Amino acid sequence: MVKKIRGKIKGFSIQFLPYSEIRGMDSNQRIKKILNIVLDNNILFLQGRLEPDEETRLIGDTMVMMGHVKSFKGVELAVISGNEKEGFFGKFRTNLVSAIAGGDLGAVTIIGPATIVKEIKRNPKKIELLLKG
Amino acid sequence: MVVKAFKNFFKRIFFNLFKSKKELKLGFYGPPNAGKTSLANRICKDFTGEEIGAVSKIPHETRTVQFKEKVEIDYKGKKMLFKMIDTPGIATKIDYEDFLKYRMKKKDAKIRAKEATQGVVESIKWLDDMDVVVIVLDATENPYNQVNLTIIGNLVARNIPVLIVANKVDLRKASTKKIEEAFPEYDVIGISAKYGKNLEEFYESIFKLAKEA
Repeated sequence: MVKKIRGKIKGFSIQFLPYSEIRGMDSNQRIKKILNIVLDNNILFLQGRLEPDEETRLIGDTMVMMGHVKSFKGVELAVISGNEKEGFFGKFRTNLVSAIAGGDLGAVTIIGPATIVKEIKRNPKKIELLLKG
Repeated sequence: MVVKAFKNFFKRIFFNLFKSKKELKLGFYGPPNAGKTSLANRICKDFTGEEIGAVSKIPHETRTVQFKEKVEIDYKGKKMLFKMIDTPGIATKIDYEDFLKYRMKKKDAKIRAKEATQGVVESIKWLDDMDVVVIVLDATENPYNQVNLTIIGNLVARNIPVLIVANKVDLRKASTKKIEEAFPEYDVIGISAKYGKNLEEFYESIFKLAKEA
């Protein structure tokens, strides 16, 4: 839990969520679980990634929550996937493995509340998590 | 045999006539302040004489979905009819304090932030209804933004043809190459909506894409 003193962050916690925790859930349950973790002021590292429509629903639900939860200003979100520039056969292999595993386990999704995470800066070679001071 | 060929010929003509009159829904998506409305305005002004919406330096100027129906784009003698759909910029966070930097009053900034969140929800809802989508990105910004990747991922999942536009190439910091490197599987056209630069190539790509829709 992050504590704020005079507007400054005293500390924060990082939570890791293995994909097995959300594998059996439907989209609504997954998004609800993720948003609950983020609303508790945690930076979430989720093993794997959501489906494309779940990612947009997460953004949409975040916007709706902003209207209901005071001081919630949204999230910073990034998905790091090792297979972004694979060729056809590479993608085929990854898709096959994902289908067997039930998700793209080679990816990591990072979600943090915008009040703590200033920016998740990424380029093809590195990813930086910039926190608010 | 001759009768069959004759029949097919007329069938094709009628099909093409019908097809050419169909109004394709052309959506403009992207992050806030990338120039979606500027580009939509440029096209609407060129072919209808009217603009679609207001533009501003302050992010989230477009907070509701805006339309312009029956926009007939005429390019090199070919004509196509579009319904232009300009959407609010999609973001994962909106802070009213960011608007205060533009000398906006606190009360107005809060209203703008609230409307902007509703605009994002509306934009996402409209994704399903598009025939063709133009993703407008600011060529001076880092393209590896999760919002861009999420929008494109959704359009691909829905089989909606996508064209990526690198806008603001008139600025010194702009790099179309960076956007091409970030999205190697897509056509990327560098343009300046503000000055109407490279719109010929844009129209050509739109016509190509519209045929896929």
